[in-house]
Amino acid sequence: MKIEEKKYLAGVYDVAVIGAGHAGIEAALAAARLGCKTAIFTINMDAVGNCPCNPSIGGTAKGHLVREIDALGGEMGKTADECFLQSRMLNRGKGPAVHSLRAQIDRRKYSDVMKHKLELQKNLELRQAEITDIKMLDNGEGYELTTRMLAVFKCKSVIVATGTYLGGRIFVGEVSYESGPDGIFPATFLGKSLKELGLPLRRFKTGTPARILKSSIDFTDLEVQKGDTPPQPFSYETESLGDNKVDCHISWTNDNTKQVILENIHRSPLYAGKIEGVGPRYCPSFEDKIMRFKDKKRHQLFIEPCGLNTEEMYLQGMSSSLPEEVQLKFYRTIKGLENCVMMRPAYAIEYDCVDPLAMNATLEFKDFPNLYGAGQFNGSSGYEEAAAQGLVAGINAALKVQGREQVVFTRANSYIGTLIDDLVTKGANEPYRMMTSRSEYRLVLRQDNADERLTTLGYEIGLISEERYQKYLDKQQLKQQEIKRLKDTVISPTDEVNKILVSRETSEITTGVRLIDLLKRPQLDYECLKPVDTTRPSLDANIFEQVEVEIKYEGYIQKQLRQVEQMKKLENKILPSDFDYTNIKGLRLEAQEKLNKIKPLNIGQASRISGVSPADISVLLIWIAQNRQEKQ
Amino acid sequence: MDTTIAAICTAQGEGGIGVIRISGDDSLRIADKVFKNINNKKVADMKGYTAAFGKVCNNGEEIDEAVVLVYRAPHSYTGENVVEISCHGGIFITKQVLRAVLDNGAVPAQAGEFTKRAFLNGKIDLTEAESVIDIISAKSRSAARAALCVKDGALRRKIDKIKEELLSQAAHLSAWADYPEEDIAEVSDDELFKTFNNAIKILQGLLDTYDSGQAVKQGIDTVIAGRPNVGKSTLMNLLTGCEKSIVTDIPGTTRDIVEDTVVLGDVILRLSDTAGLRDTEDRVEQIGVDRAKKRLEQCGLLLAVFDNNQILNDDDYELIKNAKNATTIAIINKIDLEQKLDTDFINDNFENVVYISAKSGECREELTKAVEKIAGTANLNPSEGILSNERQRLAVANALSSVMEAKSTLDAGLTYDAVTVSLEDAISNLLELTGESTSDEVIDRVFHNFCVGK
Repeated sequence: MKIEEKKYLAGVYDVAVIGAGHAGIEAALAAARLGCKTAIFTINMDAVGNCPCNPSIGGTAKGHLVREIDALGGEMGKTADECFLQSRMLNRGKGPAVHSLRAQIDRRKYSDVMKHKLELQKNLELRQAEITDIKMLDNGEGYELTTRMLAVFKCKSVIVATGTYLGGRIFVGEVSYESGPDGIFPATFLGKSLKELGLPLRRFKTGTPARILKSSIDFTDLEVQKGDTPPQPFSYETESLGDNKVDCHISWTNDNTKQVILENIHRSPLYAGKIEGVGPRYCPSFEDKIMRFKDKKRHQLFIEPCGLNTEEMYLQGMSSSLPEEVQLKFYRTIKGLENCVMMRPAYAIEYDCVDPLAMNATLEFKDFPNLYGAGQFNGSSGYEEAAAQGLVAGINAALKVQGREQVVFTRANSYIGTLIDDLVTKGANEPYRMMTSRSEYRLVLRQDNADERLTTLGYEIGLISEERYQKYLDKQQLKQQEIKRLKDTVISPTDEVNKILVSRETSEITTGVRLIDLLKRPQLDYECLKPVDTTRPSLDANIFEQVEVEIKYEGYIQKQLRQVEQMKKLENKILPSDFDYTNIKGLRLEAQEKLNKIKPLNIGQASRISGVSPADISVLLIWIAQNRQEKQ
Repeated sequence: MDTTIAAICTAQGEGGIGVIRISGDDSLRIADKVFKNINNKKVADMKGYTAAFGKVCNNGEEIDEAVVLVYRAPHSYTGENVVEISCHGGIFITKQVLRAVLDNGAVPAQAGEFTKRAFLNGKIDLTEAESVIDIISAKSRSAARAALCVKDGALRRKIDKIKEELLSQAAHLSAWADYPEEDIAEVSDDELFKTFNNAIKILQGLLDTYDSGQAVKQGIDTVIAGRPNVGKSTLMNLLTGCEKSIVTDIPGTTRDIVEDTVVLGDVILRLSDTAGLRDTEDRVEQIGVDRAKKRLEQCGLLLAVFDNNQILNDDDYELIKNAKNATTIAIINKIDLEQKLDTDFINDNFENVVYISAKSGECREELTKAVEKIAGTANLNPSEGILSNERQRLAVANALSSVMEAKSTLDAGLTYDAVTVSLEDAISNLLELTGESTSDEVIDRVFHNFCVGK
């Protein structure tokens, strides 16, 4: 008897999520919270919400994503707050658009908290199982998943969030073997099954640095990096974080480090041509940095604790795929690490992921109804990028199962929308990382106003509770009142006021001036005007922050909002999903091919496809109008 | 429709009347900004299908007298509010009027856009949709060809240089903001100001050459050459209609290059009258002759003038030899006098030969035909390094205003994120001008220039 015949039906679900990393978690929680009977599968129960790379959440643009996830009712921000060790607002002084929150977190605790949340969630079942096979049901209304243990699950909708596990292969110098991260089994069968189903898979690569024993590091001469006082939480629901619990440290590489790399570069699997996967430019291994920027004398590294109950220290900036002995040799050239003991070596990992051009902006595959992708499987990189997509995939899978209209996040309302639009419109030639530079509307899409942009949407979807929504509305009302107060309050030209103005190097006033006009001055802020602003109410710090930014940058924000309006008009012009563009005479060949491949949802998306010219867009507009007239 | 569009609707050239059409919600308001009705009545208050007479002005400066026709939506070609300004014909005036309209809020119409709007507003029947698409794709193809022409030109080099500088600053700002913990050099206000000022200077320069009408005038750099007293200055005066060159019958009267601009048909010639080509002992005249020879090598069109009343001499042979390398029209002057010239020899050596009598004024029509023929067929040197159409001008103007905005943001002491927004607008305007449109330019540059990442 063949082993296949031993398969048994183990369950029927609305939504099944393959993978319980940052994408899978958000996807499963969202689907279950929206009322779908949901299952989430992980190869190893102890690896739920694992952070196989840096022990931190957030950072530039990623912090925006976490705030947005939270504003929509996602989990990452709250859990990061619960597990926080140290928190910093990056880019203070560089402008509100680029302020980004980053928190060092306790990675084991993060994993535990997330696992427990999954376990407690109503409508959700967490299972340890490797999915080895996926097939579309004969009636086309869902998929059948098979596990390594021959259990079969029938699901209306499936979300693939396999991270670096799918066909994972690790490289350390001359050594290479099939593996997921942190010594966990890879998913070795599912890739073949997905290919057979018809998904366009390819190989990407990423890497991580070594973990070093804390007691082997000499911190004496290293620069200390402390957290903010007081630290800010990610979640709009977290009241306060308490004090920072750890410090990070900074060190530098030197000529000797470089020398070790140069002498051993031939032992790198990348330089020896063993890795075929495409690695990200923004996350280069240390040997890459040395080879690409030969003139750079020294490179910075951060030494970050991995948790409170561990002595493992993470070396940010030092990822490598050189042999273990070479790693140790070059780490030991670095100040403070002269006698370091390596607990886990650095490695590069290569994995299967999908070409995101095969997906819609809902993250549903164009040719496979009810099949969704999220996270690194979609060609992105980073915990936060993964969580953002997981949330969207989970929401849309649930909405579709329930016969509700799916949600498309836009470049105008979020970094989440920008991330997804980039992936499904431009594709990804390397693992995609979020950056503030990727958003053209970044003065509007700030981390301080994520709730204003998304909480109403989260409420409409059903992930924001009545209570939280009411709280949000109250906050908005207070904000409007405060703006009105600033407009109505006139500050007299007293000596006290002018003393402040002079100390801030801005011109004195001779007549009464509205408070709002003083706040408009770049040199002044809420804090410094406090002594003369006698009617100031006691409000949440975030309200003051939002108000001040909106007043100071009003002109720029208005300009961006006008651009947003222009884009919206184009995005309201919907294109059909099942049309052969070669039938439109007048489109250039390149445009026909690109449009057929990407199948944009609307004219706005079409206009962002490289190779589609303004003339092609004109032709499309006429064609839409022609269709409309024909139908009438 | 979002925008109000405008374009010259009549053939560009020496027509009697030129029509500038404006279409869109704002067309009446824009017309009021550029048109002063003789009765002081506002265009916005005029009924549909009515006309008014008055003056077209830009920035208070009078351009031309004109008639304005008002069509009110939906009773117009496009179905939108339309104003047509009929002014005197000719490239210079119609372009000035269009400029006035664009300066006051209209944008240049894209290929086939009036027709496209007519269609979208239901003014054109469904069966005509295909032909509208054909028009758009045909026009965009010719526009693409035009864009290709500037690819290697001096304009492109200038634009590329500014674009590079702005991109590298934007990449620096971007790396500095997105990688706050890498050791990326601080962005310096001084560097930014330097880049902005330089960009402003060059972009302003480009606009100025356009603004002063230079671009319109620049057309084809044309040299009139021939041996002394062959009638070059008479020809020049005849074409320009005023006595610019001193005309005498003493050979060697024109000692320096005299320049002016004439419009022949739909071609603009930038004329230089040169000193006669002959070896001379007069040092001052010799300098003039040398210059003339130099101009001959550089010009876009050579008008080689020969005397019907003289047999060919060494100077003539020299000119025929020099003319081999230039696009040339041979002009046989003084046909009212007895023929001594070997015209067969001239015809053998030149593809385009025109017979005129400059003195009696019978030349313009003949010459116009020849020039138009050449402009349509031959490879004239297109003038380089200048803006050649309104679309380019608008892109440069937008880039300029974005850079100035970035500069004033920096000046005001606001944070770099606000500066970056304007800076990136400027870059995308320049990319539009050069026909590139990759939104990832800045990010690509970040990874190219900076060693960032964990």
